[in-house]
Amino acid sequence: PALGLFLFTIARDPLRIIILIAGAFFWLVSLLLSSLIWFIAVKASDPQDEQLQKGLLIFGVMFSVLLQEAFRFLYYKLLRKAIEGLVALSEDGCSPISIQQMAYVAGVGFGLMSGAFSMINLLADTLGPGTVGIHGDSQLYFLTSAFMTMVLIFLHTFWGILFFHGCEHRRWWEIMAVVVMHLAVSGSTFCNPLYVGSLVPSYLLMATAAAWAYLLSGGSAQNLWRFLLCKS
Amino acid sequence: MTELSAHLPQFQHGQLTENFPDNHLSNTNDNSERRRHDNSERRRNDNPESETNGQPQNNIQQVVEQDEEEDEELTLKYGAKHVIMLFVPVTLCMVVVVATIKSVSFYTRKDGQLIYTPFTEETETVGQRALNSILNAAIMISVIIVMTILLVVLYKYRCYKVIHGWLIISSLLLLFFFSFIYLGEVFKTYNVAMDYITVALMIWNFGVVGMICIHWKGPLRLQQAYLIMISALMALVFIKYLPEWTAWLILAVISVYDLVAVLCPKGPLRMLVETAQERNETLFPALIYSSTMIWLVNMAEEDPEAQRKASKNSTYDKQKQAPANQTQNEDAEADDGGFSQEWQQQRDNRIGPIESTPESRAAVQALPSNSQTSEDPEERGVKLGLGDFIFYSVLVGKASATASGDWNTTLACFVAILIGLCLTLLLLAIFKKALPALPISITFGLVFYFATDNLVQPFMDQLAFHQFYI
Repeated sequence: PALGLFLFTIARDPLRIIILIAGAFFWLVSLLLSSLIWFIAVKASDPQDEQLQKGLLIFGVMFSVLLQEAFRFLYYKLLRKAIEGLVALSEDGCSPISIQQMAYVAGVGFGLMSGAFSMINLLADTLGPGTVGIHGDSQLYFLTSAFMTMVLIFLHTFWGILFFHGCEHRRWWEIMAVVVMHLAVSGSTFCNPLYVGSLVPSYLLMATAAAWAYLLSGGSAQNLWRFLLCKS
Repeated sequence: MTELSAHLPQFQHGQLTENFPDNHLSNTNDNSERRRHDNSERRRNDNPESETNGQPQNNIQQVVEQDEEEDEELTLKYGAKHVIMLFVPVTLCMVVVVATIKSVSFYTRKDGQLIYTPFTEETETVGQRALNSILNAAIMISVIIVMTILLVVLYKYRCYKVIHGWLIISSLLLLFFFSFIYLGEVFKTYNVAMDYITVALMIWNFGVVGMICIHWKGPLRLQQAYLIMISALMALVFIKYLPEWTAWLILAVISVYDLVAVLCPKGPLRMLVETAQERNETLFPALIYSSTMIWLVNMAEEDPEAQRKASKNSTYDKQKQAPANQTQNEDAEADDGGFSQEWQQQRDNRIGPIESTPESRAAVQALPSNSQTSEDPEERGVKLGLGDFIFYSVLVGKASATASGDWNTTLACFVAILIGLCLTLLLLAIFKKALPALPISITFGLVFYFATDNLVQPFMDQLAFHQFYI
């Protein structure tokens, strides 16, 4: 689905593609820094202790979430400057791309990159022979991974919109809500392989974020109703 | 204005020579022409208007300044489009290289080394290996420098034949020999049986069409496709025959060299570009990827346009044997704009009699060429040296071949290179002169490769193992 989003909405406009790639780049840099921190922590600690390793991993995840949001903020700053430049350059005095579109594209960029990093090695492994869950792990590993990745990509997209909107209108509670949601989603994955604990809340949160972002972008229940009616 | 350099590495058995071009990125000649034309266009537009309205003429100074600003706007506005025009081929090249590396094992087997890198890396101590790779890189770089200087010298002394012959031989080698090997390996991988005659026919067709497209004229897409293919082939050769540490060192050093060669006043590549500019020629099409037509449609200036229209009219009329004899007479006078009598009558009937004076003709010519100008920035593209393609693909290919992080590392390097390319194009739009395309992208790519391979990979592995998501 994320690829579909990309093809239909972004691939037409070159400026959006650039923003997308830049968004992916920012996510990548945040990942790099967070893994650097984790790596240092691991090296500095005892490699034999299982619990400690797991604890460190959890710490790494949380830190990474915070870093991602920080980078989202930095990206927002950069895009603000870019918009001013574009407005100055364009002929009719208004920017060829609005901040909301940028928010959407940035969110998709983040989401695609995180999804790609989460899934692509798994996908490569699925090409080869093997049995899922042969050592007593869950048999649904691939399926749940796929669903989780998809929900994360969508969430990133919605968070992008919410976050930028919050920054635009200086509503700190929106930004905090995004960060808290992100932490909650990552935290819920700690319950894996008890999939009920992670997938269900994530989907619920996604529905919430979707509705919120939709409302923020100027949609409403009426619009939705009309849209559906027109089509059918 | 484009720049590049070429040089000849010798093949392992020392018999055949091949070229691989170096890299520079620049805007086309046309940008300056277009600016000039925009200037003249607007002045012409202003003049007739002011005459008919009886208003005082605009300050020429204001007009000129306005023109410059608007030109910059136009340049940067179409900047995004140009960036995408370059993203697509670079992405395609990388995709081809990565796909080949992942599927065909030939290119990851160690079958020996090029004669340019005589020191092996299968040594016992780390120090020895480092030393060997440094020596290898030094030899390679010095070969490149020598070849570049040779090319520049040949170009300066107008030994065009030698250069053309050199390029033709190397592209022959690439198109026929390397693609033959490539095809053979792909068939082996997929266990497809093929006889020699079919292969010979295919390679012959491929090669001949390639030669025509690259060195002569051909459809733009086909030429671009061929350039991408030979870049990919060349990159694959490098990936196969360069040992690891040497490859990374060479990438690093060549980006430094690129920076130096293009920006220093005495650098060979800069001299090449300046000489080409002085002589007002385009550089060798076989070594540069251009996102648009290489030979341009001439922008409308009065006489050439008139002559073109006149000649068009003349051929058309001669073919159709038009009854109006006056058309033949009008061909002789180039200055009436080549309007045939019938056309003038039609126009008079529709609009009312208008004198076809040189000024109004200029205004009219300016108008349609306005729309042409809006198409022209799309036509006027950016040029990127093939060496850039090759080294980007070498970086990504090596990342996918030898990294423990596999796809993660490949993806990271890919994004890094694209961002580097974006930044370089941005700098190009700001500075408006030829720039080296390698340093920024390769630096980002290298940083991300090593960082992702060593730092991110263990992290992601652990996360995936526990199925945590960040």
